[in-house]
Amino acid sequence: MTTPVLSVSNVTLAYGDRTVLDDVSFSIAPGEFTGLIGSNGVGKTTLLRVILGLEKASRGEVLINGATRSRSERAVGYVPQRVSIDPEVPLRARDFVALGLDGHRFGLRRRQAGDHALVQRYLKAVDALAFADTRVGELSGGELQRVLIAHALISQPSLVLLDEPLANLDPRSVQEIVALLHRVAKEFNVALLLSAHEMNALLPVMDRIVYLTQGRCASGTTDEVVRADVLSELYGHHVDVLRLHGRVLVVAEPSDDVDHLPSHATLNLDN
Amino acid sequence: MIHAWEVGTIVAIVAGLVGFFVVLRSSAFPAHAIPNGAFAGAAGASLIGASPLVGLGLFAALGALSIAWLGRRTRSDIATALVLIGMLALGAAFLSQSTAYEPQVFALLFGEILGVSSTQLIPIALLGTAASITLLALYRPLLLGSVAPELARAKGVAIRRLDLVFLLIVAAVTTMTVPVVGTLLMFALMIAPPAAARSLTNRPAIALTLSSLIALVVMWGAIASAYQMNWPVGFFVGAYGALSYGLARLWRRATRN
Amino acid sequence: MFAPGFFSSGSVHTALLLGTIVAIVSGLMGVFVLLRNQSFGGHALTDVATTGGAGAAYLSVAPLVGFVTGAVIGAGAIESLSRDRSQRRDVATGIVLGAATGLSGLFLYLTATTSSATGVTQQVLFGSLFSVSSSTVPVAAVTALIVTVTMALVARPLLLSSLSPDLARARGLRTSWLGLLFLLLVAVAVGLCAISIGSLLATALLIGPAATAMRRSRTITGAIVMAMSVGLAATWVGIVLAYDSFTWRATGQGLPVSFFVVAIILAFYALSHVPLSRSRRV
Repeated sequence: MTTPVLSVSNVTLAYGDRTVLDDVSFSIAPGEFTGLIGSNGVGKTTLLRVILGLEKASRGEVLINGATRSRSERAVGYVPQRVSIDPEVPLRARDFVALGLDGHRFGLRRRQAGDHALVQRYLKAVDALAFADTRVGELSGGELQRVLIAHALISQPSLVLLDEPLANLDPRSVQEIVALLHRVAKEFNVALLLSAHEMNALLPVMDRIVYLTQGRCASGTTDEVVRADVLSELYGHHVDVLRLHGRVLVVAEPSDDVDHLPSHATLNLDN
Repeated sequence: MIHAWEVGTIVAIVAGLVGFFVVLRSSAFPAHAIPNGAFAGAAGASLIGASPLVGLGLFAALGALSIAWLGRRTRSDIATALVLIGMLALGAAFLSQSTAYEPQVFALLFGEILGVSSTQLIPIALLGTAASITLLALYRPLLLGSVAPELARAKGVAIRRLDLVFLLIVAAVTTMTVPVVGTLLMFALMIAPPAAARSLTNRPAIALTLSSLIALVVMWGAIASAYQMNWPVGFFVGAYGALSYGLARLWRRATRN
Repeated sequence: MFAPGFFSSGSVHTALLLGTIVAIVSGLMGVFVLLRNQSFGGHALTDVATTGGAGAAYLSVAPLVGFVTGAVIGAGAIESLSRDRSQRRDVATGIVLGAATGLSGLFLYLTATTSSATGVTQQVLFGSLFSVSSSTVPVAAVTALIVTVTMALVARPLLLSSLSPDLARARGLRTSWLGLLFLLLVAVAVGLCAISIGSLLATALLIGPAATAMRRSRTITGAIVMAMSVGLAATWVGIVLAYDSFTWRATGQGLPVSFFVVAIILAFYALSHVPLSRSRRV
């Protein structure tokens, strides 16, 4: 059995008496495209931050390639949901991607020609060559997102975490980004863990789903996890899973517990 | 007289380097507060008969540490403002007790071109070199940490420590200012040239170099004009700095279309 | 506790009156300055007011006119160079501040070389509340009244545009004009302060009490009232102590009002960090 690229074991995080993550356990194999699905506020960002080492869990352990975090900082790339950079900052897209290589290194090592070629390669992979010499602060949201992806990939991590990359995107852009992520994941043989509140766009490309609700999770392939019995147990009350034209809809019975309903899933009958 | 040119050159180059990051980090307020506060130290030092330079350095460091410390407990602009007023109040108290000549106070604040002696050259050169080397060694983490702190942290960069080190560098650089530019105008050298530089290029390394180059031009122009008209150097630094920024902005607007 | 002659001294009366006016206006403006994240701008205007003050000294014009004019021009310059984005404003403030500081250095130098006035630098920078002429008080009072009334008229739109510029614009407010108006009002308020306790320490009355109030108060109005109260307390006690301090040492050389006022403000601020109840920290 190969070492999982990410292994989350019994991670629990509580703020006061509010439990955000409750005994969360799952693992991701090398190269696996994994969706972390859950409605807003359920703890996805928190979980990602724990994996990145930006927050400490109250209990539990996170292993990257079998080792604890401090010894493998370079092994995890990160694409946050929002990075706002002032348009006056003199930093081009390609400079920003280059910082993905050596932004953490002290000393003034001159960049070799090889570095430049590497930056070109990753810019090309995310279709960012057209605006490579534009200031980062002047890029559109979608362009910046691609630059961030290149920045995360260029250090050649075994795993990249993406925080809600599909949020606030129109359906066409969602498709484009999902296709791009799938492509680069295969090209660079990197595992991806991306959080989303809606799973349908990812269904065609996900190898694994980690379904998170009320701090608890279920992990496996879509067929294993997105089932009425599994999700009902996870939610703590009965839910139905409907499939229509290749889309999935998770529906709960009307209940008093409105807070725990899954967020809407798109139902595209025209497909 | 010669020394004014040498010291001015060193000060300008270092101010440009540090200023690049000051502008990048929107740290103009701390960069202004630390020299202002340092002034209190110089006043206090001369009160007890110690070297003003030492007092300057001590209070500059104290200011940097206080801003960093308080900045963890409240908004950074509030922290900076409070540290500033605290130190200025001390400066006012020291001044009221001392019999410092008005020209001395004036020189501390606004600079006095004729006041540079050869003994001051060595410590300034050393301090300037140390600050520059440190800054260049920190260049990349500082660049990433200033533009996208979360990403830098995810890569293992100790952001808080970096923030503190940067403020201390500003403090060290401030200490260099006494002979030529005065505490108040070191600030101008750290803001206007880098602001102008970033209007002229999209590339960080070039912007960094241009920051120092423009600071040099401003400084030399200021020294020459100060000799010519016998007016304070600081006035020309402020004026030529603003001019360089204006020109750079116009240039950018012209070349964009 | 009260040194002899305190209550009968005319300069003390002036100091108390002027200090009261200044504290009230600063408390009001300070809360909005902090809301709009313009502490640097507010401080910069106090330094730019110095330029006006130094110019006034050189041209032998009334100090209040000089301070206010300088600050108003500075506010206009900063606002015209800035745009919504924070770095542009940060840079604009820095550039204007740098140029203005240099200019004030020039004025002070020219004053020193052309007249026999001594201690002008200190006077302009740190002020001396006890030596302001009593004729300043009515002018200051009227100016403060104008500022306060104007603020009362624009308070709600200003508040909205401070908290959410986009929302304000969606409602049809001209946020850029509001911003300019606000900065001009700050400039006038700052000019007032500069006259009394010196431009460099006008920042103290602008930022300190407001920072303290915002930590404790849950409403804007509450914050304004608290900021004014803290400013008033600091100013009055500061005046008492400063007057007192002349008797502390044989040389008869006291400590400046500004020193005491700042010390008290900082003490209040430190107190605001002390938790009121044993609330659980998240």
